[in-house]
Amino acid sequence: MATTEEIRSSLAEIVNEVAGIPVSDVQLDKSFTDDLDVDSLSMVEVVVAAEEKFDVKIPDDEVKNLKTVGDAVAFIERASS
Amino acid sequence: MSPTRVLVTGLGVTTPLGGDVPSTWDALLAGRSGVNRLEQDWAEQLPVRIAAEVAVEPAEVLDRVKARRLDRSAQFAMIAAQEAWEDSGLSRDDMDRERLGVAVASGIGGIQTLLANYDLLQDKGPRRVSPLAIPMLMPNSAAANVGLFVGAQSGVHTPVSACASGNEAISLGVDMIRLGRADVVLAGGTEACVHPLPLAAFGQMMALSKRNDDPEAASRPWDVGRDGFVLGEGGGILVLESEAHARARGARAYAEVAGAGVTADSHDIAQPHPEGFGASRAMAMALREASLAPGDIRHINAHATSTPQGDIAEAMAIRATLGNATDGIVVSGTKSMTGHLLGAAGALESIAAVLVLHHRLVPPTINLDDRDPEIDLDIATKVRDLPQGDAAALNNSFGFGGHNVAIAFTNV
Repeated sequence: MATTEEIRSSLAEIVNEVAGIPVSDVQLDKSFTDDLDVDSLSMVEVVVAAEEKFDVKIPDDEVKNLKTVGDAVAFIERASS
Repeated sequence: MSPTRVLVTGLGVTTPLGGDVPSTWDALLAGRSGVNRLEQDWAEQLPVRIAAEVAVEPAEVLDRVKARRLDRSAQFAMIAAQEAWEDSGLSRDDMDRERLGVAVASGIGGIQTLLANYDLLQDKGPRRVSPLAIPMLMPNSAAANVGLFVGAQSGVHTPVSACASGNEAISLGVDMIRLGRADVVLAGGTEACVHPLPLAAFGQMMALSKRNDDPEAASRPWDVGRDGFVLGEGGGILVLESEAHARARGARAYAEVAGAGVTADSHDIAQPHPEGFGASRAMAMALREASLAPGDIRHINAHATSTPQGDIAEAMAIRATLGNATDGIVVSGTKSMTGHLLGAAGALESIAAVLVLHHRLVPPTINLDDRDPEIDLDIATKVRDLPQGDAAALNNSFGFGGHNVAIAFTNV
């Protein structure tokens, strides 16, 4: 199973692909909307790409709770364990 | 009181001939064809395997992240708008954005996004449909994105009238300025449907040339060997500006948009009226609105798509409208080189007509080897000079649905 750092790193590549944010900026404490400029439609793209990458389901109701990169990494860790 | 004068103060394009206005104009003067054989795998099954694809791929000039949020048609519009905006010398910080509008047309809209997402839905299910699909495929997407780019806060519009759309956008832009709703309008059109579905569908209408073995000779307006149009893609934007606004900032103007004529055939959904009555009335209306006489017209950029009936109907309409003055008018058919850009055609060809007045040079019509005897027009087959002095030009665009729009330009 992937480590926290491996999940963060893969998620960073997705955020880079979708929103053009440098991979190194996508750190656990960063807010998707406030720090990384990921708008609501781009967030859906990130979520769908993450579901495929990590083979997890991220319910629509859950997405609003994923405020930071760390929230998303933690959710993916829980969902894939 | 005379109407507000509307000037053209900026131009931008991306076309099968070049990624900007200078390269496109040079290619038009050189008589270069932008039509190519389609090398994509999907083309193999099609009866028509030629088209005029843009000379410069949008990915080469647009920021990657911005580009992936835009349908190809909106990408073309953005590239053209960036060039036109820079060319005009306007800046969003220096103008009243509530007086800044947009009219960017498309005949077909974001069809590539629509079809790509339908494929995703079929192959991978609804969860894989892009959340950006609707904002990318909606017909007003190009206009809205151009509006966001310049910060337009007056009306942002998308006229849709098939192949007359680009001209209709220019007509609308002029109206907006003359009605006092805006000082500046970015007006034009865009189209990106070189894709197997539109190619198959236009092919089924028997509208496309099947000259697969000789792409550069396929678009041949007025030639006896013409057998349909060649699908093209690209975008064109003109910055339209009230004379007062332009003068106040010392702007350079290419030409004046002196008048527009907009009519409908009310004859058939696809066929033009055989004698071009609606086309004739559009030209007459443009002349009237511009207070021009037939003898003032020195140049016509004809719609001339290279279809058997359409080219004749337009030629008859020109002579019916302008009478003996037709003999003093140099006509050209841009589509002989660019193919037919559908909803962008009126914009590109209006820009060509504006540049004719600006440079006093008329580009040739290529592939006119054996003129149809029914065509009684003075068609430029090599670069022709336009005489000095006051001169007016018409640009014609007609569309499926019976839409006819003629725009009259004058030198400044």
